[in-house]
Amino acid sequence: MNVLITEYLRINLDTEKWECRCCGNVHGSARDNYKRGLLVYDRDPSEIHKPLLDIKKYDRTYAPDPTWCRILEYYCPSCGVMVEAEYLPPGHPPVRDIELDIDSLKLQWKDREEVKELVSAPDLALQKVKLQREIHSKIHNHSHDGEHDHKNGKTL
Amino acid sequence: MHEVMSKEDQGLMDKFLADNTLFLGPDPEIMRNHQLTPRSAMEEEILQKGIDPHQVHHIRGLLNSALGESFTMVNQMGAAPGAKWGDLVTGIYTAQGDLSMIAPNGIIAFAACCFYPIRFIMKNWVNDPTVGVKEGDGFIHNDARYGGIHNTDQSMMIPLFYKGELICWLSTTIHEGENGACEPGGLPASAESKYDEGIKMSPFKVVENFELKRDLVTFLQNSVRDPRLQLEDMKVKLHAVLRLRERVLAILDQFGRDALVGTLRHHLEAVEIEMRRRISEMPDGTTRVVQFMDSSLRESALQKISCAITVKGDRMIMDFRGSAPQFLNRSVNANIASFKAALCTGLLQNIWPDLPHTMAVLSPIEIITDRNSILDAEGEMPQAMSLMPLFKGCVVWTIPMNKFNYSLPKRYSAVIASQYDQAATFIYGGLTQHGDITGNFCADINGNGQGARSDADGEHSISPVFGFMCDTGEHEISEEDTPIIRLGAQRLAKDRIGWGKYRAGMGYEQIATARGSGLWGFMTGCEGSKFPSAQGLFGGYSCPAYQLLKIKDINIFKELEKNPNVVEVFDIVKLMNEQPIPNATYSSNDMGMTFELCNEGEIYMICQGSGGGYGDVLERDPKLVMKDLSEDLMSHENAKDIYKVVYDETSLVVDELATLNLRASYRKERIARGKPFDQFCAEWVEPEPPVNLPYFGSWGDPKVIYGTHIGQRIVMDGDKLQGMFMLNPKDVKISQLQAKIKELEKSAKSN
Ligand SMILES: [Zn+2]
Repeated sequence: MNVLITEYLRINLDTEKWECRCCGNVHGSARDNYKRGLLVYDRDPSEIHKPLLDIKKYDRTYAPDPTWCRILEYYCPSCGVMVEAEYLPPGHPPVRDIELDIDSLKLQWKDREEVKELVSAPDLALQKVKLQREIHSKIHNHSHDGEHDHKNGKTL
Repeated sequence: MHEVMSKEDQGLMDKFLADNTLFLGPDPEIMRNHQLTPRSAMEEEILQKGIDPHQVHHIRGLLNSALGESFTMVNQMGAAPGAKWGDLVTGIYTAQGDLSMIAPNGIIAFAACCFYPIRFIMKNWVNDPTVGVKEGDGFIHNDARYGGIHNTDQSMMIPLFYKGELICWLSTTIHEGENGACEPGGLPASAESKYDEGIKMSPFKVVENFELKRDLVTFLQNSVRDPRLQLEDMKVKLHAVLRLRERVLAILDQFGRDALVGTLRHHLEAVEIEMRRRISEMPDGTTRVVQFMDSSLRESALQKISCAITVKGDRMIMDFRGSAPQFLNRSVNANIASFKAALCTGLLQNIWPDLPHTMAVLSPIEIITDRNSILDAEGEMPQAMSLMPLFKGCVVWTIPMNKFNYSLPKRYSAVIASQYDQAATFIYGGLTQHGDITGNFCADINGNGQGARSDADGEHSISPVFGFMCDTGEHEISEEDTPIIRLGAQRLAKDRIGWGKYRAGMGYEQIATARGSGLWGFMTGCEGSKFPSAQGLFGGYSCPAYQLLKIKDINIFKELEKNPNVVEVFDIVKLMNEQPIPNATYSSNDMGMTFELCNEGEIYMICQGSGGGYGDVLERDPKLVMKDLSEDLMSHENAKDIYKVVYDETSLVVDELATLNLRASYRKERIARGKPFDQFCAEWVEPEPPVNLPYFGSWGDPKVIYGTHIGQRIVMDGDKLQGMFMLNPKDVKISQLQAKIKELEKSAKSN
């Protein structure tokens, strides 16, 4: 049985291996850092977030400072999908971002049915925003019939 | 040697100590405890008897509508810009001060702070004969050291008595803005100690017999730049909280004391149980994330926030050790109570928005920090710009929790990358066109771009990181009240996008100037000009860096009079690259700026930012790329270079096959240039931060903390952190210039 861990990673509970969700490549032991099974590239961030302002005129151009920030791009060695984009200062040790207890994971999934695709769930935050915007627009529309006392900084 | 004291002696000793405590400062016993208090005798007795779940549900509904009603009152009557656009809350607490419920649309973090001052009042003022807590009393508070996000938020808290017995507490809080600090607007980035932060209200009684005490109100008005605002909003908060009191009294009359007290306590305990249930559904293990803040708002400084979340059964531990040390004389520190309030907010905004908005969500989570770190700052250090670490605290969940929760067979909310997490707005102050002194901030703060979702692009300028419920305001209204004129009409910031399979929601440009004031100025409190702030998820990229742009030494109104077509369109990139206004000084700067005077018609420009992207850019549906192009969100250069789509630039028709081939060959290029992880680390990883980088926090080992103190790099043990003292940036600049002069003089002599 597989357990989906990210958009591009799963753990095969039977073999206890990390696998690529795009091509099935085996990245290594699920008890180890999955990054060890991937390829890494040190990307200059200004290639991704390109300068929008004239670099002849300005130092700050909306591009990150490559002496402060690098992007470590992690690729599947078999299909080349980009699994992670990790932003770090130059030379900073990559973070062991996922470290699961495989024995308890197996126990936990013993009675669960396999999940093959991300279980969808509503964007509740967005729903709340939309609801609130409705309330605000009601208050605002109401204000035009009512008192409009700007001198006191009030908008009734 | 010591004999055990008798109860009587102990009592005398306690009284002696209490009477002789010279200063009732922030109390660590209160401030470091975010957990529910044990049941009081009253709560225990009521819950032991058992409560009717249907009645609890009914009373909760009534409380919600009462909280909603008082929220609306403040929202509609409040004078502060923050009140108008939703930067407020009303809440109800147990008699012991545990926050039970807040207004459905209120700011979680504000209320998640008020239980600290209420606990302070309960501990210190109830039995103090010179203060006391009686029916009709009301207490005010703004000092975040006693609980709060920052000192610009002011609260009104009242005890509710029923038949002579204290039953619960009620509160309302508004982000007021102006508070008499060393810079106008309530968020003084230039504060170098707590004494620069303006009025500092520890919880004190400002209402008796349900009326404001005019002598104290006058004192407070005298302490801020906007005395009318101070008075009006104190009145508004009091009236709203009194309305809430009426509603709660009606509930008490109808259902009785036991029903209300039981509901408030049961609600908290039920949420805590639900939290533990959700935690136990997660896999056991640890996920980690590091965040970087790149400015102290006075100078560039790279500060790390390190977070490891560990789940074991129904326990969750958040470990922030290894984060940057606090600054002694910079305002970007946060105290631990404020930081926990941000965590509570972030959990409810980003992970489980369906949970009731109460402090009980955080109660079962254990939080470990280094004392004297940037998120657990203590002492005299300023914390007026605590928003910097607090906003990071709001979004710190997104990456590690999605790595825990992606697998789950039952999910409660969407998978979303980080929202843009900077306070990207103008803070202002000076003389208005009406001759009044004012200081405050613009509602643009409420337009942070949403992170991309696992199945859809993020929404543009959706909300602030600290609340779904805030609106971005209306410029016509603020233009009537202040000299600020908007030259740009909130256009989305083209090409400034967190790229991914799904792109993030974007932010808008803000272009402002001033007119009709003899004395006006702006400041900004933002980071992310060197190191991007909003992180992508699962291969998605972060947002770009953002800058503050200025066009100075001109008056745009005079230029427009001379030539109405001098500026074709107020678009930041075009203005800066084409420099259409003659004789102007154009500059691009860090997003953080302490208060600066803006002469009539000078132009200041910033952006709201994009969230983080989701997934591999090569997986983005070419149709979505064409949609972004047709909406002018991005340039052709990025469509081709980032997304690798082959299409016709005029018709926007995609060549599907050519795109597939291009992407396939690009994947091969990736494989060719990537190095195996172990080999990469051996070549790339350095034993310590680069010498020229002003770096703060751990590097590899979370127990070893780097910092820069009085201009020198130092290394500390994580459990023995000291605050960093920063040199005055102007002194640093002067000594650099003096060295340059010396050099020039030397070379002139030798010639
Ligand atoms: Zn693969």
